Amino acid sequence: MPWLVVIFLLLTAVGLYGGLYLAPSDYQQGDSYRIIYIHVPSAWMSLFIYVVMALAGAIGLVWRIKLAEIVMISSAPVGASFTFIALVTGSLWGKPMWGTWWVWDARLTSELILLFLYLGVIGLYGAIDDKRTASRAVAILALVGVVNIPIIHYSVEWWNTLHQGPTVTKMDKPSIHVSMLIPLLLMAVSFKFYYLIAMLQRARTELLLRERNAQWVKNMVSELK
Amino acid sequence: MSLSRAFFAVIRRDLVLALRRRSEIANPLLFFILVITLFPLGIGAQPHLLQAIAPGIIWVSALLAAMLSLDSLFRSDFDDGSLEQMLLSPHPTSVLVLGKVIAHWLVTGLPLLIVAPLLAVFLGMPNHSLGILLLTLLLGTPVLSLIGAIGVALTVGLRRGGMILSLLVLPLYVPVLIFAGNAVQMAGSGLPVDAQINILISILLMALVLAPLPTAAALKMSIN
Repeated sequence: MPWLVVIFLLLTAVGLYGGLYLAPSDYQQGDSYRIIYIHVPSAWMSLFIYVVMALAGAIGLVWRIKLAEIVMISSAPVGASFTFIALVTGSLWGKPMWGTWWVWDARLTSELILLFLYLGVIGLYGAIDDKRTASRAVAILALVGVVNIPIIHYSVEWWNTLHQGPTVTKMDKPSIHVSMLIPLLLMAVSFKFYYLIAMLQRARTELLLRERNAQWVKNMVSELK
Repeated sequence: MSLSRAFFAVIRRDLVLALRRRSEIANPLLFFILVITLFPLGIGAQPHLLQAIAPGIIWVSALLAAMLSLDSLFRSDFDDGSLEQMLLSPHPTSVLVLGKVIAHWLVTGLPLLIVAPLLAVFLGMPNHSLGILLLTLLLGTPVLSLIGAIGVALTVGLRRGGMILSLLVLPLYVPVLIFAGNAVQMAGSGLPVDAQINILISILLMALVLAPLPTAAALKMSIN
């Protein structure tokens, strides 16, 4: 765990330095584009974590591994926060660029729906008292959601698009300069580490909470006293 | 009993039960009509405005009506224990679930189609888009029931599942709303809508095949 924190801090420091200081201003957007160093990695994370959640849910459903259920449920709030950050930074960026805080643009809208999906997961888990049952319910929901996300995404995309096209994942060559790309990728990796840290911490608490009647937890607590 | 006989027996049983309690048929229908009546009152009765937003209003109201009626899908069976018997039967639960969803749609979804033309006239929709409206409702409302069944199955064991159900189900309704609403809008302007209709058909087929499986899994989870 301390190692993860060190790696995360190092990557964030380098990434932010590269992104906010070294990378040149954009010829069209000036310095406002620099918010992508937070916005884009958060948006990537929001999808990534949902997929992790669904995978962990599937593992939990099939093999009944408690730890997978805990990973799944600990991921949800972290993913929801990343989705929220992506939305907020997107709207902060939209104000100077598009001249408005919110537009019903395809990706913003599908990100918003993703946030609702996360909130549904968290809400469902909170609503069911028996936590093992709740985990199974959430796993089913996450799997249904992961099948639906592409459908929702493409239907929303088809519905309306104003967002700037993808600049990093184009097949041939990214249309973003290397000096901007490297900090962006660094930030993406550092966000992955942040997710690991936050998720593991939540998972630890969740595990202790669930196993509070087990002997090993009691031993641990009595040692602490 | 063979599988197909069990399947039709489930549909028949649910239809008979629904006919004995007619208010359950009437409620979503009245809700649908009421919500649509509220819109002109709320935004003023300018014909142009109403005409422009009519497809959206009708579809959003249909979505809400479908969602409100979902609770009756498994609730009474869950309460009196017949759901448990259904899960114990040798037939695959997903097929029986599909039967229940079809019966539910016949009772709550199909009536929407019957009143929709009347409401379209209320809102001043052009006549030539009426056919497309009915077609989208015919293709879209079964999807609402099928996807909604997953949500109900997940929450049927909860005492207050209503709020959480809307949070679970409404985001998943987005694609249907987009394509159906857009098709009606386009038809109103006299544009071709084959693409939207084809996509709705494919969504319906996918939901028919896929949705009963997680519903069955969720029911098993809710029962234990």
